[in-house]
Amino acid sequence: MSTATITSDQSWQYRALNANNPGLDFLSDALIELVEAGHPVIAGAADLQYSNGLNRFAKRFPDRYIQFGIAEQNMVTAAAGLATTGHMPFVATFASFLGLLCCEQIRMDVAYCAQPVRLIGHHTGISLGFYGTSHHATEDIATMRAIADLTVISPADGPQLQAAIRASVTWPEPIYFRIGRGRDPDVYAKGQGFTIGRAIEHMAGEELTIIACGQPLHPALEAARKLNAAGRSVGVIDMPTVKPLDREAVLKAAARSRVLMTAEEHNVLGGLGSAVAEVLADEGCGVRLVRHGIHDTYALIAPPTHLYAHYKLDAAGIEEVALATMARG
Amino acid sequence: MRGSNSFEPTAEQVAKLREKARFVRLETIRLIEIAKVGHYSSVFSAAEIFAALYYDVMTLRANEPAWPDRDRFLMGKGHAAVGLFPILADHGYIPRDVLDGYTRLGNPLGDHPDMRKVLGIDFSSGSIGHALSAGAGMAWGGRARGQRFTTFVMLGDGEMQEGQVWEAATFAAHHRLNRLVAIIDRNGFQLDGAVDEVMGVEPLGDKWRAFGWEVHEVDGHDLVALTALLRQVKADEARARPCCIVARTIKGKGVSYMETEPGWHLGYLAPEDAARAVAEIRAREI
Repeated sequence: MSTATITSDQSWQYRALNANNPGLDFLSDALIELVEAGHPVIAGAADLQYSNGLNRFAKRFPDRYIQFGIAEQNMVTAAAGLATTGHMPFVATFASFLGLLCCEQIRMDVAYCAQPVRLIGHHTGISLGFYGTSHHATEDIATMRAIADLTVISPADGPQLQAAIRASVTWPEPIYFRIGRGRDPDVYAKGQGFTIGRAIEHMAGEELTIIACGQPLHPALEAARKLNAAGRSVGVIDMPTVKPLDREAVLKAAARSRVLMTAEEHNVLGGLGSAVAEVLADEGCGVRLVRHGIHDTYALIAPPTHLYAHYKLDAAGIEEVALATMARG
Repeated sequence: MRGSNSFEPTAEQVAKLREKARFVRLETIRLIEIAKVGHYSSVFSAAEIFAALYYDVMTLRANEPAWPDRDRFLMGKGHAAVGLFPILADHGYIPRDVLDGYTRLGNPLGDHPDMRKVLGIDFSSGSIGHALSAGAGMAWGGRARGQRFTTFVMLGDGEMQEGQVWEAATFAAHHRLNRLVAIIDRNGFQLDGAVDEVMGVEPLGDKWRAFGWEVHEVDGHDLVALTALLRQVKADEARARPCCIVARTIKGKGVSYMETEPGWHLGYLAPEDAARAVAEIRAREI
């Protein structure tokens, strides 16, 4: 980094984003690993390579990297065209742009054309904090889940993203990966396995089971551990694959727990909560479900951690909602 | 250009292509009769382009529609697919009985082309403005693999109103996709009226030049000039940029009452009017 005009080592500029945030390494690491294993990966970004860490991939494999500039729709459609020539394209941009601006390109050119494109919607939910509504993505699960022949995966951390990407090489369908900003605390250890479409049960509970995906998983586990230490019986299931949903895991939780709760960094309309509700309704389970998330509103502006506290998506907030859910029964 | 151009087709070749363009128009009328509604005049403006590409310029393999080194063809104006399906059937990619079931329940052939259902369709379309991006992706992908195929993308002139076209134009020029050829069917009309009245798109050639493309203009019904130009841009190894051909065409070309009435973009010809159109197409030399 040039230091000509900078005197403090606390100063930093955009290009140092990835170096300052190792949580962004997982995407590039996963793709580099795939290329080294012989997979025909091409990575593409739309003027956000330091935000998603693909600058590392670009440096390692410049011939396998495409800079699309600020033209996300062209990126998605071109990725579908690339896939027809035998490549395995991974294209990344903010989830707000990918899941909403490019919704039609994803439907028409990726999913309808059945091209094995991997879409990486990063900085999803409210993780862009004070950048505001244009940069928040609280609808992308809903839009992507409604598209036929598209798999939707919401990893909780970098290691799980890397494992999911590793598992995806034999997955025939296109995939929308919904990930955070690389600063979420890790739930999983590096090198763990991942099965697309399979939930991960962390703990079983008779009073309540929390089903979470993405960012809220870590605080949900923290909240459940605290509640269980205080004598309650709260289970936690990680549901990283929102589509196809692990229906069996939902039904098992419904049979075991008195009440269910979903936790997601997404509008409560159309996301994980809705997907779980569909299963419960389909099967006539009769178990009450509380859908926790962003309640059909545009999130406020604040630093992300402040927003997580405000919207009760941190450990204290999830504990509070869990207690209220159990109290109502 | 004519006369001294080594790419110029012979008289026999032109006669064959003329017959194929006639076949495209006649089959379009026959198939739309099954659907009872369709895009006659959108096909008719492009009939010579279809014929020149599929019966002369493009490198294809009979009975092997997915041959990896084939030239690609994409349609931004996917609503003209009814003119392409008979060609694909003629090439042996679509069974005859499937063609004859156009638009009927469960048939793979509808108003817009679907690559999942139809062998020989290189990319699905229907939402205008996507095709050039998809073609650019193919051109990039082929080049990365050391393949030498050419990707032809037919675009409507109304399609120039879509923003994504210009994203793709910028991308293709920046990445020097020299085996990408856009062909604009400049027939002058879209659903709501004359393109220049609905939302003007001129100066087309200057716009594409300004975006960094090599630009050619041609009479899209002149099979000699059109075929020679397409052969030439395909063979050009020295070009370091993508190529755009503005094909000046007439909407509804071949049927006089359609050439003067732009409303035939979408419509239906009752049997007696269809018979008049067929008679004229059979009799007329384009």
